[in-house]
Amino acid sequence: MLKYILPLLLFIIMAVFLAIGLNLNPHDIPSPLLNKPAPVFFAPKLQTPQEKLSPDDLKGQVWLFNVWASWCVSCREEHPVLNQLAQQKTVTIIGLNYKDDPAAANNWLDTLGNPYNISIMDQDGRIGIDWGVYGVPETFVIDKQGRVRYKHTGPVTVADVQQTFLPLIAQLQGE
Amino acid sequence: MKPSLLILVLILSSAAAQAIDSRQFANPEQQAVYETLTSELRCLVCQNQTIADSNAELAADLRRQVYEMLQQGKSRDDIVQFMTDRYGDFVLYKPPFKAKTGLLWLGPVVFLLLGLIAVLLVVRRKKQAAAQENGQAEKLAKIRRLLDEGEVS
Repeated sequence: MLKYILPLLLFIIMAVFLAIGLNLNPHDIPSPLLNKPAPVFFAPKLQTPQEKLSPDDLKGQVWLFNVWASWCVSCREEHPVLNQLAQQKTVTIIGLNYKDDPAAANNWLDTLGNPYNISIMDQDGRIGIDWGVYGVPETFVIDKQGRVRYKHTGPVTVADVQQTFLPLIAQLQGE
Repeated sequence: MKPSLLILVLILSSAAAQAIDSRQFANPEQQAVYETLTSELRCLVCQNQTIADSNAELAADLRRQVYEMLQQGKSRDDIVQFMTDRYGDFVLYKPPFKAKTGLLWLGPVVFLLLGLIAVLLVVRRKKQAAAQENGQAEKLAKIRRLLDEGEVS
């Protein structure tokens, strides 16, 4: 009897592991930044390059940090969702214009709408490295104390906003 | 070109397929550290390539980062720490041994042991079966002999 049960058991164990492996998203890498202070930057603003922004300027409010670029195709997909979120004015949205040409970036915002309270420029990708950015778009949620509380990789969908972002933002604003 | 020659050329050229940057190093040791480090760090965009092999923009940025940190006199460990602080252990092709990665490191040993045990069991069972057969053959021979003897007397 064991002769027949053993291979079956082995097969089931393997099938379970393979099924888990197939359903994991290899691009979903847990961020080591979670619950740590937001990486420091002091970067020129996209629309007024003579002014600079640092995370300290945002202390006391919950903010989203959205990494985007005009060359990024999935950002285009995500953009209407961010526009919609911006209209609700529930949260400050800061954009990180990642490795982009400022003229192209400004043009992008003019034609597609600007959901960002402020966008900052990261032309050589150094801020991106500090935040562990490896694919655009990425979205971080930062709490009032300036800690990273959530990271989303890939385009944010309407469902993500409803199910994850809005509840989390409400919770963090209440803290 | 003969197909076999073409295959040979392709195989040989694959070894040389590395992203090319021109970098100046203070000494050969520094260059060696740069080369080992970039071939041990994963390009997170392409995932199955090291940052030395990849032409992705992020890989180029990370190579630049490694180079700059070496120029600033940072050690190998400093750089590895810098990368894992930002990208997690996944950035390392050789993950550190800890509770979370235990299965990864010990898995092959466990499977090897399981395999050895299985082979031992099979061999032992075969031996026992053979011994049993031998024993039966001997018994049969003895019976035949006894029968033959009986006929004679």
